[in-house]
Amino acid sequence: MDAQFAISGRDFVISVTDKGLRNSILKMKMDQDKTCQLSSHTFMSVSGEPGDTSNFSEYIQGNVKLYSVRNAQDLSPSETANFIRGELADALRSRSPSQVNLLVAGYDKGTNEAALYWIDYLSAMAKVPFAAHGYCGYFLYAVMDREYTADITLDGAKALIKKCFEVLKTRFIIDYSDYTIKVVDKSGTRVLSQDEL
Amino acid sequence: MARRYDSRTTIFSPEGRLYQVEYAMEAISHAGTVIGVLSKDGIVLAAERQATSNLLEQSLDNEKIYEMNDNVVAGVAGHAADANTLINQSRAIAQRYLLKYDSPMPVEQLVRRLCDMKQGYTQYGGLRPFGVSFLCAGWDSTFGFQLYQSDPAGNYSSWKAACIGENYSNAQSILKQEYKDEEKEEAGPNVRTVGSQMTMDDALKLTCQVLSKTIDTAKLSSKKLEFATITLKAGKPFIHVYTSTEIDEVLKKYESVIKPADSQ
Repeated sequence: MDAQFAISGRDFVISVTDKGLRNSILKMKMDQDKTCQLSSHTFMSVSGEPGDTSNFSEYIQGNVKLYSVRNAQDLSPSETANFIRGELADALRSRSPSQVNLLVAGYDKGTNEAALYWIDYLSAMAKVPFAAHGYCGYFLYAVMDREYTADITLDGAKALIKKCFEVLKTRFIIDYSDYTIKVVDKSGTRVLSQDEL
Repeated sequence: MARRYDSRTTIFSPEGRLYQVEYAMEAISHAGTVIGVLSKDGIVLAAERQATSNLLEQSLDNEKIYEMNDNVVAGVAGHAADANTLINQSRAIAQRYLLKYDSPMPVEQLVRRLCDMKQGYTQYGGLRPFGVSFLCAGWDSTFGFQLYQSDPAGNYSSWKAACIGENYSNAQSILKQEYKDEEKEEAGPNVRTVGSQMTMDDALKLTCQVLSKTIDTAKLSSKKLEFATITLKAGKPFIHVYTSTEIDEVLKKYESVIKPADSQ
């Protein structure tokens, strides 16, 4: 089961995914990047059916890139999220649905606002201040509900994430050793190491 | 000699010309004039109706100016029936974009899709080209106000002031003379708008002036005209297609440029 959650402030979004690729009783890979960069200021984290995850991400990534190249401008995070939801919805009632859960994070350079979208495998979408997919939600919503405020700073969000790690370490059956932590803000996307939190 | 190469759109002549496309453009040069003028606060579109008769129910009849989308309005010159088909297709294209991205289609992309369609009819299928030129006036959040002209060949370009239809070269030269061209380039993080010094008032005045010089009848009246403007209201694009009363008001307001001082 993947850990996948994210928190957005007014002008940044910080996303966390674990790095483990497990299959049955095996740990196949422990440095897997479960995020997918869509443009300089938008990315998404993906979890779900293995195979569908990479297939769907690559399809979306290609199409978002094609738009940028064709039109000499990027899609905004809202446009990207709506496009993704539409594609997932079309696939749902077709011969080849994709079982993927996504968190789309971005910074809108036009309105100067950060945005986070939660999209589940049935292509329900919600614009949210913070969200999680999978079992980790059962533990983390409690923490985030308590600590989150709308004017949270990046440092505040980092502290909140540390608390989230604590809860998972204490109570969740899976031992997550390493996480991919990504921030998107006005200057683009960057990766943080766990030490930088 | 040209006759041998002009009956099929999908072949070149020996001089490298596409006669059908050129004939389409010729048809448009006999159609009612459409003028567009860009200002820093909006765009004015004015058009001359050619079908005038006392029997026409004009208040319900749109002949030249059509809304494509919440943020784009277009004036057409040429075959009305061809224009209708293209307008319908553009409207569908714009709505499909809105459905896909939950965001209004940027003006240039809409014009480009329309032009790609027109170009197709000059290369495939053996069907004749559309005998229509468009002046598309629109607004989007990336580039602000834009005015595009497109022709039957599928070419399009962005203009500060443009004219299509009858007497277009005449109108174009007046526009060139009178348009206040000093501009300030407004730079922003992603906004590439070039602000002209024309206000909406200047644009309306200039439009009336050009109309009076290019339209045959000595006196302009709302019976012969269609008028529309696109501006911003509360940060959102606002298209206003004028009623005949409103057109009369505009003509009255800019009387001074319509009736030159030396004629009684």
